Amino acid sequence: MNCEEAKDLIHPLIDGELDASHAGKVEAHIAQCAGCTSELAAFRSLQAGMAAPSLRYRAPGSLRQKIERALPRPAARASRRDLLRGFLSGAGLSAVAASAAFVMLAGSDAGQAILGEVVSAHIRSLEPDHLTDVLSSDRHTVKPWFNGRIDTAPPVIDLAAQGFTLIGGRLDAIGGKTAAAIVYRRRAHIINLFVVAAPAKQRPPAMATLQGFNIRHWSHQGLSLWAVSDMNAAELQEFAEKFEAALRMGT
Amino acid sequence: MRRAGRGTIENGPAAGDESSAARFRALALPHLDDVYTFACYLLPRKADAEDAVQECYLRALRYFDSFSGTEIRPWLLAILRNVCRSLKSASRSFVSSEPEGAIDAAAEIGPLWSEASETPEDILIRRGNEKALRQLIGNLPPQFREAVVLRDINGLSYREIAQIVDAPIGTVMSRLARARNMLRDAWLTKEGER
Repeated sequence: MNCEEAKDLIHPLIDGELDASHAGKVEAHIAQCAGCTSELAAFRSLQAGMAAPSLRYRAPGSLRQKIERALPRPAARASRRDLLRGFLSGAGLSAVAASAAFVMLAGSDAGQAILGEVVSAHIRSLEPDHLTDVLSSDRHTVKPWFNGRIDTAPPVIDLAAQGFTLIGGRLDAIGGKTAAAIVYRRRAHIINLFVVAAPAKQRPPAMATLQGFNIRHWSHQGLSLWAVSDMNAAELQEFAEKFEAALRMGT
Repeated sequence: MRRAGRGTIENGPAAGDESSAARFRALALPHLDDVYTFACYLLPRKADAEDAVQECYLRALRYFDSFSGTEIRPWLLAILRNVCRSLKSASRSFVSSEPEGAIDAAAEIGPLWSEASETPEDILIRRGNEKALRQLIGNLPPQFREAVVLRDINGLSYREIAQIVDAPIGTVMSRLARARNMLRDAWLTKEGER
């Protein structure tokens, strides 16, 4: 392979669009060509720069409301049935998860109110400079920051290897209790993980969709956890499962 | 997966329309920021971008019955692109520019090609760079701009981009390469101007 051919294939290479055999050939050429090595590095940096969250735009709340209002719905406010429809149409959800969610939501209106609070807290956090009080990708910085600020030691887990970058943490409030908000990012999507101390019994994991945001709720050893994001349901589920797996391993 | 589970709780008289609208909400609304982001790069004025997104969702709902694919995001973005194109040809005054106004002249611009490890600390440092980058993207000719925005900001695959811009994958690939080369050259020029 010559430089001309390699230069054409650098882009599909960094985009993960080449099959293994072509990727191997391009990489073999690049490995012994200084010019193509620096091309590759430059375009990788450009791509990393383009992935910055600030290059994305958040739809203003007023626009979201306008669209929500324009969509037909039986009641002005989200009813329990709407939430249930959200559960049933969410991608990648098993019937078991949906029925578990039914149990949780049908159990109390409080569950529904909390979902609203979780989404509001998430939206608030996305306003400029509201996302984090402690800004760090190092869990050994984020975790101690919560000491003395909240009556629980929230689990702060490094999930970078699993594709979720820790951004930082802040204090928030969910259900009248102080909550630790741990913030992660995947690509341009922000995930808020709210953690509150909950004496309540273990609840089965549940997914919900509210105002276009996906929410996953579960509990773990006296903690109640809510992950919320505009990420699709399957990826949010993946986040929660990886977080939970790491938590169980005690890392 | 289409309408899986429907009927288990849907037994009201208007179940058909209601569940279709509910399904549209659940599928389409989570992508609002993605659609809005694409609109902001296609249209220079925020107000136009908002109008386009609203029109996009209304059209999408109207034609939701014709959506048969599994991936709604490319479908929505293709509708948005059509809306933006009709807006542009209606106003005929399209000038690409930074959506939030001109770049702050005092903003520090550093080399973009440093080791990009994507930690929050790096992001803080790069804030000025990102503003400059947004402006450079806005200056790209539309066909190159849409390719690079869809790929690197919206995170779509070549196949999905080809579907949105209605062009062969090979064309998408070469537009993307051109776009990135233009961006790099423009950045180096900007750096040289300091």
